[in-house]
Parts: sequence; C-alpha cells; structure tokens
Amino acid sequence: MPEARVIPLRPEDDEPRVPRPPSPSWEEQVTGGLEFLRRRLTGDYETDEFGFDPDLTDHVLLPLLRPLFSRWFRVETHGVENVPGSGGGLVVANHSGTLPVDALMTTVALHDDHPEQRRLRLLGADLVFEMPFVGTVSRKMGTTLACNEDAERLLTGGELVGVFPEGFKGIGKPFRERYTLQRFGRGGFVTAALRTGAPIIPCAIVGAEETYPMLGNAKTIARLLGLPYFPITPTFPVLGPLGLVPLPSKWLIAFGEPIETASFGPAAAEDPMLVFNLTDQVRETIQQSIYQLLLQRKSVFG
Amino acid sequence: MPPAVVLVTGVSRWLGGALAAELARDRFIERVIGVDTVPPSPEVLRRLGRTEFVRADIRNPLIGKVIATASVDTVVHMNISSTPAGSGGRGPMKELNVIGTMQLLAACQRAPSVRRFVLKSTSAVYGASSRDPAVFTEAMQARRVPSGGFAKDSLDIEGYVRSFARRRPDVGVAALRFTNFIGPRIDSLLTHFLRMPLVPTALGYDARVQLLHEDDALAVLAQATTGDFSGTVNVGGEGTLLLSQVIRRLGRLQVPLPSPTLGSVGRLTRRFGFVDYSPEQMRFLNFGRVVDTTVLRDEFGYTPLYTTAEALADYASTVPPVVPPDLVGSVTSRAQAVVDRVGATVASVGQRLRPVPAAPDLRAVRDA
Repeated sequence: MPEARVIPLRPEDDEPRVPRPPSPSWEEQVTGGLEFLRRRLTGDYETDEFGFDPDLTDHVLLPLLRPLFSRWFRVETHGVENVPGSGGGLVVANHSGTLPVDALMTTVALHDDHPEQRRLRLLGADLVFEMPFVGTVSRKMGTTLACNEDAERLLTGGELVGVFPEGFKGIGKPFRERYTLQRFGRGGFVTAALRTGAPIIPCAIVGAEETYPMLGNAKTIARLLGLPYFPITPTFPVLGPLGLVPLPSKWLIAFGEPIETASFGPAAAEDPMLVFNLTDQVRETIQQSIYQLLLQRKSVFG
Repeated sequence: MPPAVVLVTGVSRWLGGALAAELARDRFIERVIGVDTVPPSPEVLRRLGRTEFVRADIRNPLIGKVIATASVDTVVHMNISSTPAGSGGRGPMKELNVIGTMQLLAACQRAPSVRRFVLKSTSAVYGASSRDPAVFTEAMQARRVPSGGFAKDSLDIEGYVRSFARRRPDVGVAALRFTNFIGPRIDSLLTHFLRMPLVPTALGYDARVQLLHEDDALAVLAQATTGDFSGTVNVGGEGTLLLSQVIRRLGRLQVPLPSPTLGSVGRLTRRFGFVDYSPEQMRFLNFGRVVDTTVLRDEFGYTPLYTTAEALADYASTVPPVVPPDLVGSVTSRAQAVVDRVGATVASVGQRLRPVPAAPDLRAVRDA
C-alpha cells in the first residue's frame, strides 16, 4: 500500500493567511486627524534642511497618491529585495508620461512595498522649484534640486535617492518613441554614486508612457509659457481640465540588481571613461528590463 | 596672544554693543574702542563698561587717525546696515556699507599695528533662488548673484576684505557669514517681521529658515576677535524650520499673498515704519537658505548652544501669541472628548440594534 498522503483540499490556502491588521475604527481615525490638525496648527513637527516634511507626507500626500497607485494604475512592484534596507542608494529610472507621475508612483512603491518602508528622495529639475505650490509641495515630499551637491549630501546621509537622468528629454518625448531610452544626461548621477560609494539600483517603469500619450508638442505655446514642451494628448487640451485625468494603464515597476560602486573608490569619479561606461551599463540594464516587463504585461490596460 | 586694543564699529546697535561689553569684561584686553555714527542709547551705554566711545563716521578719514593713535591691533567691522530705513534710505545705506568699509580697510592697511580683522558678513551673499543647492558650504557661490540691496553690498564688502587680506598677508582676516539672528533682545529683520500679528508670506512658496540665537552670535564674534581663525565660516544653528512652521510655532497668522503684491505691502509697512523688507528679502522668503556649519564646529571650534528650533522657542517666550498653542490644544482635546462620547453612544446603540449572530459553523439540521 502506498504511503498515505495529505492532499490539501484547497491548494491556494496552503500559505498561512496573515491576518490583516484591523483597519482603524472611525473614532481612531478622527482622533488621529485631530492630533494631526493640532500638530499642524502649532507647528509641532519636524522638517529637514531640504524642506522634507515627513508628517505631511505620511498623513496627507501618500494617502492621496495611494488610490492612484493601487486602484487606478494597479502598480505591480518587482524586485524590492534589490533595494537596500538601510543606507544610501541611488535609484535610477526611466522617465516618461508628460507629467512626472512615475516619480510619485515609485515613491509610493518603495514606501508601501519595501519591508523597511524606504523613503525615496527625488531629484527634480529647477523648473519644478520655480513654480509656486508645485515646488513647495515637492520639497515637502522630500524632493530636492537635481545637482551633485544635494545628491551627495543625501547619499552620505544614508538616504535613498531617486533620479531620472533622461530629464525632460524622457518625460516630454512623443508617444511614438515610447519605451526607448533617451540620452542619460551627462552622467552626473554616476559621479555622485562614485563619490559616496552608494550602489546604483536600476529601475524600469512600464505603464507611465500610456498615461498621457503625447501626440504632439505645441512648441510656440511652450516657448511663450517658458516650458520645455506643451503636450497635446487625445484628451488635452481638448477636454480642458478633464484632460488631466491620466489613462488607467497597467503599471509595472521593477528594481534591478544593484550595481556596486564602492570598490572603484571616490577618486574614480574623476575618470570620465569609467563614468561613461557605468552610465551606459545602467542605461542598457534599464532598457533590457523595460523590454522584459513589456513582454510580461498582458495588455496596456490589462 | 590676546588682542590688546580692539576697535568695534557699529557699537550702537545691540550686537555691536553686546560684543564691546563682552570684550570690556576681558581683563587681558587693554582698551576697547567703540565707533558708531550715532551715540548708543543709555541702555547700551550702561552695559558698555570701560569701552571708550568715539562718535565717528567710518566714511570719514578720521577713522584712520583713531586707529593710528590708539595703535589698534584688532578691528571688528560690524557697521553694515541691512535695511534702508535704519540708515535713511537706500543711497546712504549703500554709502555707509560699501564706502564705509573701503575707508575702514584703507585705514587698516596703513596702520602697521593692525594684525587681525573680523568681518560680520551674512549668508545672504549666497543669494536665494530656485536653482540653489539645498545647503551651501563656504566653497560655494551664489547661483544667481544678488542684484541689489544688502546682499549685493555684502558681496562687495567681502570682495574688498578679500583684496585687503591679499595686500596685508600679515593680518588674519575672518569673515563670518551669519544666518538670520533671533532672540529675545536682538533687533533683527526677522524679529521685526515675526512680531507682526499677521505675517505676509509669498503665496505658493515656503522658505527654509535657519536661525542663530543672539547668544551664539555674540560668542562666535567674541571668539573670532580673541582667537586666531582666519578664513570664511558659515555661522548658523543646527537644524532648519519652514517659514510656515516658524509662524505657526509663534502662534502668528500667516497671510499668503501673491508675490507681485508683496512688494507694495512691503512699501506700505515701511512707510508706517513697521517692517522694512526689500526685493532680495522677498526672494529669501520664497526660497530660504540653509548653510553647512561643519567648518564652524570643526575648524573654528564652536558649537552653537541653541538649535534653530530652540532659538525660536527662546524668542517665542517674548512674543505673545495671537493663536495660543494651549487654546489649539484644549479645542482639539475637547473635540476629542466629544468624539469619544459619540463613539461610545454609537457603539452601545449598535450593540443593542445588531441581531444576535448565529453561532458559526453550526447549521440547524432538522431531524428526519
């Protein structure tokens, strides 16, 4: 007689179900809200030298982004184990989608899906900080100006820094060029990583390209407004403010294996050839990863 | 070697007077000479102790005679005006700041006795713009060079002091770039600005503010005068606050106004002698400025006693709040009590209304 074997009735129940922490009752929520209000009214919270306001980020900004992250774009995060749990690290990602929604979604992904709830400190273009409201809110969310001084300061402070080396070339590219990486700036991000010995974590984002497909670019209007581009999408500016609603594309964010830089030593930042090679290596890795993710994704809105 | 004869310019203001008084208490210093265009107030005069006051204009060559006859060996230059109102308009202000410094430096260059020069400069030389790095170190320069006002004057003054240092390499020159002063007694731009019950700010912007307590400012100036540090150093407290946070912590009300209207509000308040702020101070209110103080702690050898938040708290004790934090606290705790009571009532009512749930996993089976 063959040995008796336990056959699970419902195989999907095999994994022990972790009971979800009970969602707070409405009284607790109101209490938390009141306490938050008291802190805000009396200024009793901490901010750092970059203008980052963790209290506001955790209680207002991230909760606002979460529905967009989980319901609208149904973001799937892969490879968070490649992001170090502590210490500095430079997350380098592709940039797309007319508006920098991909930066916000990556921030949510690293905070909600990483076991250490890591905060991504983004580096933004100076245009961001020139704009009223946008600049202030960005700073409060932890963004700072994309310059080597700030990047190195954050990395030495053990922060996880997010950078999009394509800049406006990536985010403002026409829809027909979707998922092709643009030039990676001047490799400033590599020098920052080399000087501080922080690992570079390549990150590929798929889905952002379809949020606001940019069919045309009204260059004259852009020049008049002092913007790098003025997008024409299927819904904007035809539908006015409604055109600001992003299309509900399916998103995948994948963090690749970290590229270690500490062994080169800080002096390697002065070696342009090494900087170029590393830049290309990061770029190639991200491009490959994007192609893989595109194959994985069933359909654009799937 | 401690200095024997110290000359302090701008002694009629709070900080200058306090420094002179502090130096006068030092037994090793033979003479302390205070210079200013206006005589000090009786209150400052009382504190000055054995300081000799010379009423002289540093724009006047007379200052050279004072330095030569008293064989001054250490000069502390603090007579730099940050606001047009204090010196009777922008024209006289610039004259006092720039021409005054040039005269003073010319006199110092001629005087062989001078072997130390301390400049009270400002972190405003870094400017304030959207292209600034978050934190300035001494080696960095303004990304957008300040085009006028106090910041421009300070840049010019630092330039002249640098060329003086080149021409007299035997003189130790220390330039102290101070952040905004705050404290219960000092009279600074921010202390005036924040005393207003309604504080106008730029709509859509929130500046990062780094503060320095008056006691720390005084201690750094005294140490720079008697010590032997030469070079440039940023002086500021640890940590930063946002302007909105500062206003809330002081219990003031923030009035965000669109940037273009702020200029006319500034003119209006200036006319009433209330608060005086100029375009470059407006830009400071938009973006703020933070400096790195590693050199201060490691090379200069001073760690501020007050952090930015502590310095603000000390100042706050002298400013009666418009919105007392206790009031906010009591209102929220009262609201909290109401919520608790409603919650308890709802829970008890809900318990009574809810039907008794059937015991799980048991189904009534009728007997055959």
